[in-house]
Amino acid sequence: MKQREISGINIEFDQDNYMTDSNLWNEEIAKVIAEEEGIYELTDRHFIVISFMRKEFDEKGSAPSIRKLTKESGVPIKELYQLFPSGPAKKAARIAGLKKPQGCI
Amino acid sequence: MENSIKKVSIIVSRGSLEEVYPALIMANGARMEGIEANLFFTFFGLDAIERKKMEHLKVATVGNPAMHIPTMIGMIPGMSAFATKKMKSEMEKLDIPPVGEFLEMIHDSGGKIYACRAAMDMFHLKKDDLCECVDEVLTIGEFYERSAGSQIIFT
Repeated sequence: MKQREISGINIEFDQDNYMTDSNLWNEEIAKVIAEEEGIYELTDRHFIVISFMRKEFDEKGSAPSIRKLTKESGVPIKELYQLFPSGPAKKAARIAGLKKPQGCI
Repeated sequence: MENSIKKVSIIVSRGSLEEVYPALIMANGARMEGIEANLFFTFFGLDAIERKKMEHLKVATVGNPAMHIPTMIGMIPGMSAFATKKMKSEMEKLDIPPVGEFLEMIHDSGGKIYACRAAMDMFHLKKDDLCECVDEVLTIGEFYERSAGSQIIFT
C-alpha cells in the first residue's frame, strides 16, 4: 500500500499499483495514471472504454472480460489494443481506477 | 522486468475440444498481458482451424481418465456429444467464446495463427479449407524462424 497525492486528493494504491477506492477516481487522476502507463493523450475513445469498465464494475463488482468489453462498448478488439497497447484489460482497469482484473479471458 | 516473458509460441497438435481450448486461452491471455503470441496448428490440431470442423470439436470420453467414467460408458453413442455440450455451456458461462470467434479475437489482438505445411499435405488440405484467421501456412523451419526469442509450448 502506498499513498500519493494526485490533483489535491490523497489516493491509496495497492501492491500492484491499482487504486484501492474507485470512488475517489476522476478524469484528472485518469490522465496522471495514463501517463505513467505511457499513454499521453486520453481521447473520447479511451473514455468510452473507461466509462464502460467503471459501469460494469459498479454493477457486477469486477471488470468485464475483453469479449464483453468489445461486444458491449462498441470498441472493436483491434482498436482496444491500439488505445491501450501491451495489455488493454489491465491498463484500462488501472486508468479507470479499478482493481486488477481477475478474469483469464 | 528483465526476466519477463516477451513472446510465446504455442503448438497445438491435438484436435479434441479439451486440448484445443487451453492453447487458445493461453494465447489470448498472453496478448492481454502484452506478450506476443504465435499459435501453430499441426496434425489433428488442424481441426481447430479447418472451416468445416472448427465448430464441431468434441470432448474425448474414451481414453480420458480425468472424465472419471468407465471406458465402456464413454463408448456409448452420444456420450461424447453430451460431454461436449455440457463443457461448452460451462465455458459460455465464463464468457469463453466458440472456437471461430476465439481465433478471430486472438488474431485481432495481434496474435499470429499458423498452419503446419507437412500436416496440411498429409491431410490433403488447401489454404482455402482453413478459416480466414490463419495468417500463413509454414514449414517447420519457418515456424522456428517466426518463434525467434519466444518460449515454445507444445500441447
